[in-house]
Amino acid sequence: MGFSMLAPEFIIERNRDRCIDCRVCEKQCSMEAHYYDPDEEKVYSREEKCINCHRCISLCPTRALCIKENPQEFKRNANWSRNSIREIQKQAQTGGILLSGMGNPKPFPIYWDNILLNASQVTNPSIDPLREPMELKTFLGRKPKKLELNQDGSLKTEVPPQLELSMPVMFTAMSFGSISLNASTALAMAAKETDICYNTGEGGLHESLYSYGNWTIIQVASGRFGVYQDYLEAGSGIEIKIGQGAKPGIGGHLPGEKVGEEVASTRMIPKGTDALSPAPHHDIYSIEDLRQLIYALKESTRYKKPVSVKIAAVHNVAAIASGIARAGADIITIDGIRGGTGAAPTRIRDSVGIPVEFALAAVDERLKEEGIRNQVSVVAAGSIRNSGDIVKAVALGADAVYIGTAALVAMGCHLCRKCYTGKCNWGIATQDPWLTKRLNPEIAAERLSNLIIGWDHEFKEMMGGMGINAIESLKGNRHMLRGIGLTNRELEVLGIKLAGE
Amino acid sequence: MTKKMKIELREEYCVGCGLCEVYCRVAHSQSRDIIKTFKKERWTVEPRVSLVIEKPLSFPLQCQHCEDAPCVKACITGAMYKNELELTLCDEDKCVGCFTCIMECPFGAIKIKENNPSLPLKCDFCFEADEPFCVLHCPNGALTLKEKIIKNVDESLNDSIAQVKTEEVDTDE
Amino acid sequence: MRRVKEKYREGNVRIPSGCAVSGIMNRQGKVFSGKEIIKSISLMRDRSNGLGGGFAAYGIYPQYKDHYAFHMLYERESCRAKTEKFFKDNFLVEKAELLPVSKVPSIKEPPSVWRYFLLPREDKYEELQLSQPGFIVRKVMEINSSIKGAYVASSGKDMGAFKGVGFPEDIGEFYNLEDYKGYLWTAHGRFPTNSPGWWGGAHPFTLLNWSVVHNGEISSYGTNLRYLEEFGYECTLQTDTEAAAYLFDLLIRRHKLPMEIACRVLAAPFWEEIDRLPEGPRKFFKNMRIIYGKALLNGPFSIILGCNEAMVAINDRIKLRPLVAAEKGAMLYVSSEEAAIIEVCSNPDKIWVPRGGEPVIGRIEEVEEKWVSAC
Repeated sequence: MGFSMLAPEFIIERNRDRCIDCRVCEKQCSMEAHYYDPDEEKVYSREEKCINCHRCISLCPTRALCIKENPQEFKRNANWSRNSIREIQKQAQTGGILLSGMGNPKPFPIYWDNILLNASQVTNPSIDPLREPMELKTFLGRKPKKLELNQDGSLKTEVPPQLELSMPVMFTAMSFGSISLNASTALAMAAKETDICYNTGEGGLHESLYSYGNWTIIQVASGRFGVYQDYLEAGSGIEIKIGQGAKPGIGGHLPGEKVGEEVASTRMIPKGTDALSPAPHHDIYSIEDLRQLIYALKESTRYKKPVSVKIAAVHNVAAIASGIARAGADIITIDGIRGGTGAAPTRIRDSVGIPVEFALAAVDERLKEEGIRNQVSVVAAGSIRNSGDIVKAVALGADAVYIGTAALVAMGCHLCRKCYTGKCNWGIATQDPWLTKRLNPEIAAERLSNLIIGWDHEFKEMMGGMGINAIESLKGNRHMLRGIGLTNRELEVLGIKLAGE
Repeated sequence: MTKKMKIELREEYCVGCGLCEVYCRVAHSQSRDIIKTFKKERWTVEPRVSLVIEKPLSFPLQCQHCEDAPCVKACITGAMYKNELELTLCDEDKCVGCFTCIMECPFGAIKIKENNPSLPLKCDFCFEADEPFCVLHCPNGALTLKEKIIKNVDESLNDSIAQVKTEEVDTDE
Repeated sequence: MRRVKEKYREGNVRIPSGCAVSGIMNRQGKVFSGKEIIKSISLMRDRSNGLGGGFAAYGIYPQYKDHYAFHMLYERESCRAKTEKFFKDNFLVEKAELLPVSKVPSIKEPPSVWRYFLLPREDKYEELQLSQPGFIVRKVMEINSSIKGAYVASSGKDMGAFKGVGFPEDIGEFYNLEDYKGYLWTAHGRFPTNSPGWWGGAHPFTLLNWSVVHNGEISSYGTNLRYLEEFGYECTLQTDTEAAAYLFDLLIRRHKLPMEIACRVLAAPFWEEIDRLPEGPRKFFKNMRIIYGKALLNGPFSIILGCNEAMVAINDRIKLRPLVAAEKGAMLYVSSEEAAIIEVCSNPDKIWVPRGGEPVIGRIEEVEEKWVSAC
């Protein structure tokens, strides 16, 4: 059949009064949505190829371009939305699984926006971060139950190894392969600059990044890509990835087109092969198997590095987290349904998992009830968008948060969600050397550092406003939160009161 | 401009957008307005920098203002000269259009002016501005300003260590 | 006292307050009358609003030194009956009597106050496999949470808490404190923002032999609360003072930390200070903060902790509440205001203002050697 039922998703409006036919847009678009007609000496557009990544808009020197959603409408139907119809058209055309990039875009509530923070007044002075020390230093790792002293008063208790962060934020796991080496380098540089950590993701660690080891958490995922002794020794922490919020229950997927020379050698797989991580770790079929792997990793690194376990937020996340804590993990990472990804089947991304706000509240409560909350660290992930979300996450019980999409946006991502094509126009989610040049690691690292610094200041302002000058006193401090626009049950599960109470 | 500056190219960051060419035109136009330049002065203003693309390689080709400039040495009338800030400039009144300079330039950075075929066209550092437009508008830091060090032609070509030792200072624009 | 709706009673709601605190101790263990402490606290009348006052006294029951002295507040007779049955089931009751009280016009509708001298029944605490103190803590929490209208004001040996809703000097008169003699007295005057509704919320808050009087509001309350719940403590009153008392109990009695270290946990040095220390102390304080981060008390406070062996006064790290200390011979004085000390000791040997986070510790002299400094 020689035609497609899919109408273009976007239309490109070119203001001819402003367009100077300089061809910058044509040169930059990796989807070839713009082309130059030498006879007419003008630039034209092929709208069906446009993915709304804003590359041309950002670089156009005269702001002559505007991209809009194609207002082409289907007959109004509250049940069969345009997206639902298009998805069927695509599958009828190709017979494949629908793939998506980035996190769940569905409009169910964002609970962070329904949670409000306290400020101190009259009975308790707020603290001014400009004039008083404000401590955000965070330690992640297993903590002993109490301090014991020797006879002479010196310290007897051995404190297990900790990750030391200047503030409770880290860059989440984004594998080299799903993102470019320049992007990974930028994350490493910014982590070092701001004294936090970044996570390698399941793509292994490229040799040029070993020098950033002190600020690196290396990941051991189900595909075990790039895992060997030096890799385990390279980072300051190790993470076992059981699942991720964007696609609970299945493993990572990197199409062969994105597996170039460097990716293949870092992952230790042949060039051009699809890098498919299996759904479970094939040596972890139960909690006791997980315990075995945790201790195997600890033994290999001589108990010098904290071991974290990352799980997706699912229905019985509280029980799973409790089991993981008892299995010997030092840190538990919970990734909510809004978490991002380079490629995931659309149905799984949109329907599987639960929001991190609930998962976090449930895990914190359950670990407290079990009497083990203080002994492990809990890290929350899955759409932390700003410093307000971080404050709320800490108050709900997190020791730290991971940011993924926010970090990418800081580097230049415009959330066009076509990461799985490997044609990222911003040089982030691609391995094409023509495109990866576009991400200058120095500029990107500076942007990431700026983001972290800005959030650091905002965090201190909010914390000082609550009359707190050390982040330890905010952890799990649900008295500082109130809910708004939530049902009674939601308030109950989150463990917070209603605004006004 | 008081310091001796030079444009440094980092090819690994050139994205091949061509904004250097676009803004080079604007810098040398009458109107200095980008839309007017392209709508009205398209045929009278040409860029002095050329974008070279051979994917994945791309870079802007422009005059390197060599310390030991062959074009200056070869110029039969002395129209090509080095000013006090060590920029290589062309005094058009003296030029006779022999194009020896074009043949001598090892980079091929000098072109013939299309609208005045007896004159050479090359980078003039935007009339000795503090920050040339190509550097100002490069979106990815491929072109940056650096304080100039003493280098001769061979070194510019090979990018090896300077024979005359000087300190290299990195200044951000 | 105004009638307060059940849902607004303290314990069902949280009531922040400002206050005055004072403490006097004779470090040789020589007893003296309650008159002095009443004088000291009543000078600071403007810091209270008549909605709370209380005292803790040590060394007042020498003839029953080994018995646990329970001070009980009963709202109704039926509560007393239930509680006394509870006591019979779990304790050996040596003596039970009404606390001698005087009528004071400003103290309206007081609950009935009784005192009991008890010993825990061996078969009962052995059955639960608890130590004696653990058993007492458990039973006190049971009474406070399950017998409505009955409240344990104090349950330590050779000490007692005397508290209620009213100005502290009036409370002192009500309980006839001038007739008691003790070697350590602490006092509190309260300025709560709402009517507490009953006498339980007044300070001092006690647990076993600990008594805490507190001026301030703890912003870290939510965090401290959850941390304490992990160790089995239930905070029924929703007051900061309760949390502070439980923290002292946890750190000193259960985790066996020296007093100075426990104080440092609650008002920890800043990271910038720790970074400047030599290696040994630096490692120590870093690990201390890592392990006990959630025990840190944030927010303004002056706390005076009393126990049989010592009196400890401490401020928050950035000293957002006043605290002044003074010495004369064997006597140690701490108070929210210098004037309150001068009122009872016009010419102290030494008078100073402790820094934020730096504890003032007064110990009974023969106990001195047992405490070991950690760094």
